[in-house]
Amino acid sequence: MNPDGITAAVGESRPRIEGRLKVTGAARYTADVPVAGLAHGWVVTATVSRGRIRDIDAGEALAQPGVLGVLDHRNARRLNPDAGQYFGPDRSLPLLQDEVVAYAGRPIALVVAETPEQARAAAATVRVTYDAEPHDIEFSLAHPAARPASTLFGPEADTGDLEAELAASALVVDEVYHTPEENHSAMEPHVATAWWQDGHLHALDSDQGPFGISQVMASLFLIDPERAHIRAEHVGGGFGGKTVCGPQLILAAMAAEHFGRPVRVALTRRQVFLATGSRPPTEQRVRIGADADGRFRAVHHHAAFALSPLAEYIEWCTEQARTLYAAPAIRTELTAVPLDLLPPCSMRGPGATPGSFAFESAVDEVAERLGIDPLRLRLLNQPEVGPVSGRPFSSRRLVACLQEGARRFGWAQRDPRPRVRREGDLLVGTGVAAVAFIAGVFPSSATITAETDGTFSVRIGATDIGTGARTALIAVAADALGVGVERIRMHIGDSDLGMAAGAGGSRGTTSCAFAIVETAKALREKLAGATTPVTASVDTTPLINWRPDEDRYTYSAVFAEVTVDVATGEVRVRRLLGMFAVGRVINPLLARSQLIGGMIGGLSMALHEEGVRDPVTGRLVTADFAGYHISAHADVPGIEADFVADYEPQDPSGFNGLGEIGNAGVAAAIANAVWHATGTRHRTLPISLGRVVESVAAQDRPQAVGVA
Amino acid sequence: MTDNGRGEIETRSEISLRVNDVDYRVAVDNRRTLLDAVRDDLGLTGTKKGCDHGQCGACTVLLGGRRVLSCLTLAVAAEGAAVTTVEGLAGDGELRPIQEAFVRLDGFQCGFCTPGQLCSAVGMLAEHAAGWPSAVTRDGSPERTPELTEEEIRERMSGNLCRCSAYPSIVRAILEASAREAVAG
Repeated sequence: MNPDGITAAVGESRPRIEGRLKVTGAARYTADVPVAGLAHGWVVTATVSRGRIRDIDAGEALAQPGVLGVLDHRNARRLNPDAGQYFGPDRSLPLLQDEVVAYAGRPIALVVAETPEQARAAAATVRVTYDAEPHDIEFSLAHPAARPASTLFGPEADTGDLEAELAASALVVDEVYHTPEENHSAMEPHVATAWWQDGHLHALDSDQGPFGISQVMASLFLIDPERAHIRAEHVGGGFGGKTVCGPQLILAAMAAEHFGRPVRVALTRRQVFLATGSRPPTEQRVRIGADADGRFRAVHHHAAFALSPLAEYIEWCTEQARTLYAAPAIRTELTAVPLDLLPPCSMRGPGATPGSFAFESAVDEVAERLGIDPLRLRLLNQPEVGPVSGRPFSSRRLVACLQEGARRFGWAQRDPRPRVRREGDLLVGTGVAAVAFIAGVFPSSATITAETDGTFSVRIGATDIGTGARTALIAVAADALGVGVERIRMHIGDSDLGMAAGAGGSRGTTSCAFAIVETAKALREKLAGATTPVTASVDTTPLINWRPDEDRYTYSAVFAEVTVDVATGEVRVRRLLGMFAVGRVINPLLARSQLIGGMIGGLSMALHEEGVRDPVTGRLVTADFAGYHISAHADVPGIEADFVADYEPQDPSGFNGLGEIGNAGVAAAIANAVWHATGTRHRTLPISLGRVVESVAAQDRPQAVGVA
Repeated sequence: MTDNGRGEIETRSEISLRVNDVDYRVAVDNRRTLLDAVRDDLGLTGTKKGCDHGQCGACTVLLGGRRVLSCLTLAVAAEGAAVTTVEGLAGDGELRPIQEAFVRLDGFQCGFCTPGQLCSAVGMLAEHAAGWPSAVTRDGSPERTPELTEEEIRERMSGNLCRCSAYPSIVRAILEASAREAVAG
């Protein structure tokens, strides 16, 4: 109980604080904010995958009513070629600088007009001619340009004598898995409105971290970072796709400066697919050597992903192999393949989501070939300490997730044999997968003022892209200050609120909560005997232990039951259960929503999503929701997500992030269930109708001949 | 574009729109969609543009009580019809049952598809109450109102995508609010 007579807010299920605004249409997203004197920009994108622009003929566009002008590389202002983002310099950022086209979908001109209709119609008349050059978008692990990936996230694992352990193994599974290019597809397309005033850039932008974006924009436009003001109050989803500085913002800022008035640039849905980064395709070879009793001797995960030569990027697929299971020898290799594609962009559960599909499928193949229950195999190989790091775990409740999940799912009754459960045309199967997802915090700063009216104004550059951050941080602040939630005034979504982690890496809320807790502590000390208002600020940068002596992860166990229609090849998920160990949960209602949403994202990845490029042009063929299906209501069964008791000792409040772990593991659990149903192992995602029908037909063929 | 008789090309039209029981008279570009008209001309920005292509459902509004995709409806074609947007769902500051259930049961995360989900749900419940069958209705005979199951709701709401995937909570909210919505009319 605190002085307000209220029990702790953390741990209570509370609806979103902005819920009423969102169900009445009153919440203002970027494109909803009216700005006086607004002009509209329409993006023209490159149609070749590699080459040079010979000419941009905008004559007809310029003659159209309402058109203010056309920006392209010949008249656009110069931008800093060395500007960068999270992974270092990013040469895709400076738009409209030269005639080089490095990927299809690259913005090459912006038509600006009084109305969106005028801008759109004029943009359709812009004629671009190219000197096209041969492009290469053919991704594979064995590509001649393949190179070791950046080790920014740490060195590769190489413990023990891998080849000797493999040679000594009773069984070696050695398989290759593929995942396609995938798109974040947040429901709100990327949009920005920008204007300049007295040398300051002001912008409303749909992004996942306005502070970080403001730093990139300042660098790109070579202005003092204090002069870039970015706001993102309500954001219509991100899933990683809005963590980087988007073309909408860069172009809006360029045009606003050029035309001397506010400009809004709204990407069309198609342009979101073409001109903003996706999860890259992966090809992954997994080798696991095991003794006859199931004990692992050797684990080797070699994963390759596609990227652009314009920017560094890491799809850290090999994380599971480093930490999920014990083995005398563990080796990871991460390979980057530069192709004529736009730079990829972290998508929900980067690395872990495609990586766990491959790795946890391979683990299931070990169970299959040794005739061991896949759940038991996973329990059998649990490590005491980090298998590669040698460090203890700060908290590791994976076994609890597996056991409690198995109990609820009714795993004990499972018949291990594949292809033996038939209901009419349907084959039924179940599968399981385990996940570890790295946790931690990024530096953030917070300011809290104890106001004279007894309320507390909390200012932090957090972003709520649907995560529930605003609501969660209010609860954190209330508990840290020892008051009821109604006394907290939370201000987020503005770069002027100071340095703070964006909503990404499963660290947005944890990082900001850490800053708020520390600031509240400082404020309570200052408050003793002082008259209000009193303000305290804390920057957590010096408080973060970057070399902790314990490994910090969150964990989950995912259980799936699927049906496979042998006639149509349709896989439907009947049940999906996720048990999660994610530290102390701030708001179970919202946390469960986020995890269930992530699990559905994993279902969508497993069964539906596939970015397809035309090999001739290199262009994305699936650039809309007809070609790129994401799970809809009818695809989604009853889903259960729940928590095992957990507390993260490295955080002062016991918190860990949970924004991404929901996605990981689901594709493997579903693929493993499809094997259990059909007897066929699907090593390429998505497990679409065609792939299933082909494999089922191949299995049925000898039998069918026999019957005939 | 039409010739106005004086040899000039007319690209704008003045039209009457009745939105949320309020009459508006606006001059719109003939190419303007109903979606852009309610958002930009009337300032009712609750209705969202998710794809501008009729593929995501975020722009769903009620036109004459039936759900339509406002991005595929030209504003000039909606002249004279009664339009209800998300801003018109609540009455006198009170949330209607479906809105209250969405908040309480967390039927959204980012909230961007929510206006479309809500309008679609209201239209869907009316279709169901009128006895319309869906693709999963087993007995589609006109004299039978199909039971409103989770499966029916999922099928009937599948035109409204939600990338946060609040689907289970949305279905729960609709099911729970359906009886109270029927009373509320």
